[in-house]
Amino acid sequence: MSSEFWIAQTFNGISYGALLFLLASGLSLIFGVMRIVNLAHGSYFMLGGYVGLSIVWRTGSFTAALVAAAVAVGLIGIGMERLFLQRLAGQTLGQVLMTIGFALIFQDLALLIWGGDPYTIPAPKILQGVVRVRGSSFPTYRVFIVLVALLVGILLWLALERTRAGAMIRAAVDDGEMARGIGINVPMISLAVFALGACLAALGGVIGGAFLGVFPGADFEVLPYAFVVVIVGGLGSLPGAMVGSLLVGLLDNFGKALFPELSYFTLFAPMAVILALRPTGLFGRL
Amino acid sequence: MGRRAIWACLVGALLAIVAPLLPAYPLTLLTQALIAAMLAMSLDLLLGYTGLPSLGHAAYFGVGAYAVAILATGRQVGFAGCLVGGLLAAGITAAVFGLLAIRATGTYFLMITLALGMVIWGLAFRWVSLTQGDNGISGVPRPELGLPWSLSGPLPFFYLTLVAAMVAWALLTLLVTSPFGLGLVGIRESESRMRALGYNVWWHKYLAFVISGTIAGFAGVFWAYYNGFVSPVDTQLVTSVEALLMVALGGPGTLVGPAVGAALIVFLKNFISVYTKRWLLILGAVYIGAILFAPRGLLGALGRGRR
Repeated sequence: MSSEFWIAQTFNGISYGALLFLLASGLSLIFGVMRIVNLAHGSYFMLGGYVGLSIVWRTGSFTAALVAAAVAVGLIGIGMERLFLQRLAGQTLGQVLMTIGFALIFQDLALLIWGGDPYTIPAPKILQGVVRVRGSSFPTYRVFIVLVALLVGILLWLALERTRAGAMIRAAVDDGEMARGIGINVPMISLAVFALGACLAALGGVIGGAFLGVFPGADFEVLPYAFVVVIVGGLGSLPGAMVGSLLVGLLDNFGKALFPELSYFTLFAPMAVILALRPTGLFGRL
Repeated sequence: MGRRAIWACLVGALLAIVAPLLPAYPLTLLTQALIAAMLAMSLDLLLGYTGLPSLGHAAYFGVGAYAVAILATGRQVGFAGCLVGGLLAAGITAAVFGLLAIRATGTYFLMITLALGMVIWGLAFRWVSLTQGDNGISGVPRPELGLPWSLSGPLPFFYLTLVAAMVAWALLTLLVTSPFGLGLVGIRESESRMRALGYNVWWHKYLAFVISGTIAGFAGVFWAYYNGFVSPVDTQLVTSVEALLMVALGGPGTLVGPAVGAALIVFLKNFISVYTKRWLLILGAVYIGAILFAPRGLLGALGRGRR
């Protein structure tokens, strides 16, 4: 196989990993603070894509689509957390059934509103075309995805490590009860983190909508990837989500290219090895 | 225990007597409910008795069903061969996955079983040369048992499924009332205490996982014969979660409860889809409602009231 193949596939893997990072970083943080397994997280991705699609159709602006999707899905997240999930603290099974109930409702509502046809969000003009580096060409849009993920990753890291709010979030992740004891408003932190996670997933949905497409079933298609990222990286860990996303993106891409019939299996084997060596994931410390 | 067994036999006998009087459609729904009940009861062994919320139980169900579909259509294997093949395939899958999953507890267990379940879904979906991918495998013939009557009609097949469900129930009941089963309940209540008492906790959980997966595969075998068609849908996350809902709705840790929950969900799904296309919406509302209003399950709610 030519070096061209390896470069192209590696880049595709990295850019897919970047998209996964937008989805999984929120899921991981939500888990870290609230210990909630949110099965509706894929739905935020899908809904973000659909809302973005409608906005692009109406206004033609990709930026407006990003903002609208993040706001709309963020509000949905706030509503879910405040009205339903908060009363289920500590009840794992209840949370699972509750969030899957929402996922089913969102799926059916999306089908009702946007129909069953697959769509693609048109990427803005500047992001179309290719970037040439040393004889290899990379799609500009995928470069854009990587840059967005890097930006989000850096901002999240700065917010968590360098601000007062970030310190409160870290305290809530490490020991919620103790954080509450020293006067940190943990329910408020939870709500903010949940909303942030929903916003990030929606951004992922809009950005992903321009190259994966927006279609019914997108929610349950991306969800397992996000879970594998979080499992591999370690629950509640931002560096873990970053490394996990890259790993899963690359593995998935090479798996699909080299062993198309076993592509999910190529994700599973490394996950098995990592779990066997480190049951809490690469960066987890449960 | 004694009273429960009598009740279960009574219900089984009642179903057997009523069945010939029923039209074909309710009868096939009942058959479907029995298969779902087997799946739900197998999950109850893990969720209700051992306290392990598996979010990938459709995997073992699907592996059992696929094994039958592949053996029965491609190689014309008979009922006994398909049954053994389905049980082995599901059991081996559970034995391999269990090695990974049992290391984890709580939420971690949930996520790992979900990811493992997706692996099976991925294989069903992408390993086209074996599973025919998205199209699924159709044309699974009803089994021939060498009996004087054919099993292709709804009534004889219902009886076969009824016998299978009673066998599954009896086996599980024996298991959960045995010292091993009581050990599982002890682990659910306090793993560290059981460990301190000298129980091999890992081995208990692992065995429960494998047995549960094998019985789910048993249900899958009958599903393949019942439906005549197996597709990736049978292995997907939504099917796994539906099994969880059946258990939660009926009341975990009771075996009978999850069976009732399974029947409820099967009938509800079929009735709603007759009247409206929006049954996913209603099913979603059922999930949320069940958690808000009957967090211990229907049997649990009734039981609390009586005691």
